[in-house]
Amino acid sequence: MPANNGYKVIGTRPIRHDGVDKVTGRAIYGADTQLAGLLYGQVLRSPHAHARIKSIDTSKAAALPGVKAVLTGTDLPDAGDQMVDLGEGPARLKYLRDNVLATDKALYSGHPVAAVAATSVHIAEEALDLIEVEYEELEAVLDVREAMQEGAPQLHDDMTTQEFGEDTGRKSNLATHFEHRLGDADKAFAEADVVVEREFQTATVHQGYIEPHNATASWNADGQLTVWTSTQGSFTARAQVGAVLDMPISRIKVVPQEIGGGFGGKIPVYLEPVAALLSKASGQPVKMIMTRPAVFESTGPTPGSYVKIKMGADKSGKIVAADAYIAFESGAYPGGLVGAAAMCVFSCYDIPDGRIDCYDVVVNKPRSFAYRAPGSTQVAFATEHVVDLLAAELGMEPLEIRLKNTATTGTRRIDGVVYPKMGCKEVLEAIRDSEHYQSPAPAGPNGGRGISVGYWFNVGLKSSCTASVNADGTVSLVEGSTDIGGTRTSVAMQFAETLGLRAEDVKPQVADTDSIGHTDVTGGSRVTYATGWAAYKAALDVRDQLCERAAQLWEVEVSQVEFDDGVFRSGDNELTFKGLAGRLEETGGPVIGRATVDPDSGVGGSFAANIADVEVDPETGKVDVLRFTVIQDAGRAIHPAYVEGQMQGGSVQGIGWALNEEYFYSGDGHLDNSSFLDYRIPTSLDLPMIETIIVEVPNPGHPYGVRGVGEANIAPPPAAIAAAIEDAVGVRPRELPMKPDRIVAALQAHEERAAQATGG
Amino acid sequence: MSKTHVQTTINGEPTEFLCEPRQSLLEVLRETLGFTGTKEGCNDGNCGACSIAVDGVLVDSCLMLAVEADGKEIGTVEGLASPDSLHPVQQKFLEHAALQCGICTPGFLVASKALLDHNPNPSEHEVRHWLAGNLCRCTGYDKIVRAVLDAAEEVRQSA
Repeated sequence: MPANNGYKVIGTRPIRHDGVDKVTGRAIYGADTQLAGLLYGQVLRSPHAHARIKSIDTSKAAALPGVKAVLTGTDLPDAGDQMVDLGEGPARLKYLRDNVLATDKALYSGHPVAAVAATSVHIAEEALDLIEVEYEELEAVLDVREAMQEGAPQLHDDMTTQEFGEDTGRKSNLATHFEHRLGDADKAFAEADVVVEREFQTATVHQGYIEPHNATASWNADGQLTVWTSTQGSFTARAQVGAVLDMPISRIKVVPQEIGGGFGGKIPVYLEPVAALLSKASGQPVKMIMTRPAVFESTGPTPGSYVKIKMGADKSGKIVAADAYIAFESGAYPGGLVGAAAMCVFSCYDIPDGRIDCYDVVVNKPRSFAYRAPGSTQVAFATEHVVDLLAAELGMEPLEIRLKNTATTGTRRIDGVVYPKMGCKEVLEAIRDSEHYQSPAPAGPNGGRGISVGYWFNVGLKSSCTASVNADGTVSLVEGSTDIGGTRTSVAMQFAETLGLRAEDVKPQVADTDSIGHTDVTGGSRVTYATGWAAYKAALDVRDQLCERAAQLWEVEVSQVEFDDGVFRSGDNELTFKGLAGRLEETGGPVIGRATVDPDSGVGGSFAANIADVEVDPETGKVDVLRFTVIQDAGRAIHPAYVEGQMQGGSVQGIGWALNEEYFYSGDGHLDNSSFLDYRIPTSLDLPMIETIIVEVPNPGHPYGVRGVGEANIAPPPAAIAAAIEDAVGVRPRELPMKPDRIVAALQAHEERAAQATGG
Repeated sequence: MSKTHVQTTINGEPTEFLCEPRQSLLEVLRETLGFTGTKEGCNDGNCGACSIAVDGVLVDSCLMLAVEADGKEIGTVEGLASPDSLHPVQQKFLEHAALQCGICTPGFLVASKALLDHNPNPSEHEVRHWLAGNLCRCTGYDKIVRAVLDAAEEVRQSA
């Protein structure tokens, strides 16, 4: 069998189709949108974390020369308080609308309260200063556990706790409480030989994409709206804009421009409906670019959490019981990410009895949103620590206990899912077999090594592709998935493989919502999987149509035409794809292939693991990552360089989450570090090379075996680094980030305990 | 606000524009002159997406007033390639898959060219140190560093 498992295109590393545009500055991102008569919009934001809005006077702003439109929340249409389906599950329309522009209450520092469009961005900023807002300040609550307590400041006057699917009628910041159970956890714990329980906390963090949110809108006199934006999902953006503006989606066209990173944070709309109404009011197109402080204060963040994990094992090292208590912030509005966390918390292990108890809690922070394997990193940090403690109690190596208890095909997760073919064991074996693992751990008193494993379930959802055959034997491939990390190419490669073409013979482009069938968000590690599948199906459609054309040319039955490796044959007749493409005119005209998919089964989850070597400076508490390996099951790596890129990028986001990143709030709920200077993401100087090992356990639920690789890689790094810190200096923080002062404090406490133990 | 007349050179081309004194060079490059290859990530000098060369010195264009461009030689990402070939740093970024979303890429390319103009034989550490003012959230920098080291080799061989 040739290299690449018999594939000619899959497994190769062609230069991405949009590459030259992106290295020459010609690629058009959302903020690059230019239109004649363009106005610039800016948003006024609440300085208070929790306040009732008593009045807003915009008259002075409206009178400033150059100002063309001013809006407040009451200008948004009131379409009642229905549930709307946004493709990512239902949401309350009132919450969606109030997050775009507050009406009665500001629920976080940075909450939008008014907006202006003017002839320059500077005039718009001046106008914001002229808007007078009268607030009644209220006490804010920022911590997930404090928010759940009785007597805590209540964010939503009408919110009651939903418990196990029932409305309790109890007013609280606890939006939802639910539980998963498998077997009899109490009995299993009672029978366990070793039981370990620990508490963990993680800070609120941001996705940290370099491109700020942006939107440009043009509201035409005929009521047609066009929105140019950097979004993870043009159709989802259209649905949200339609819901907020109470207008049919048929009147909205969303044009997805190039997007400068998303990681989950560019699924919701913020500026799009505002730009649309400003355009409607002014009669001119309006461009809005969010300031960097506003990006931190008002978008994204992924939840801070409080997690308690209890696990029990028998003497042989078999994990027999597990119990998780998971409380997640959801920010100002309910519907956070704790459900996903529940699906990940014990996902790497085969555990017969367990319980997962989950709490979704509103706090005075921006509405939290997905961030790469949302929820998984927080719980992997906790679970992996407890697994290591079990191993230590039992005298096992960390890798040994993981291999003994690895989840595998047929494992039933505590939340009920039964695994199809999965690669957790293979990923763990790849740790064992790696040069990194087999090489000596860092020498010296302050060096250490840790390992960990993490998971993301991946999603399917809907995708569409159309493919036009060109007379020169190339194909124009149109898809609806916005391309954040090279997916044009990974999708085009699957199309090319199916028809025996070269990757460069397929010209992929991402189209607007009027030009391609519905396609769900670029998220859930789904594009190479699901849109790739749609491309595969569209290629089969092209193949079938071309077989008919060949049959027509050769005057044979279509069943007598065979297609293999880019060549059509029947008896002695033979035509290449290119040869036949050149003869479409004489056989009935153009050929267009099309396909839609909505895979509801077959989505293959992905496991990722790390080996981390660190050095800790005991004086300062600074942790340096010396060597780092990421291992991940890709099912089948379509474009290995971009698979590695996902693994490396996710790892480094996980390293930042582990060591540096957190939202700092002042006591009254103002975000104190809303810049890239103070919210410090890793720089090139902070890191070593990130070594990658791609494991391929093909997903039987995809024509080419693909598993999405975008996300699982962010889950294991904090746990691996924590384990390495412990190996290095004997302390293991249970709170993220593991910043220098926290390490120093832990070392001091450790020394004091040691001194007491020796009677010192 | 009255505007100031500025005479400058952009990517070798004499260029004149009118701007308000409060406008940054980044804003004028992007919104007035159409050089949208230079990106805005933070507008406060912390991300490097707006990196340009000013008289050969690497500058965050969000931190420079447009009026300060008077009499200066400005280099942007649009000026890196020649009509028939990409600059080695551009070519190597493509070959090494050193970009994902691409928003930081123009800044990295301009900064990398400035490094290689200054030091055509950098070590890995020197590359990491030089590029520490350019933030990338997608790649983890591994492939960027490899691309710059590879481009350096090509620059040295063609020198």
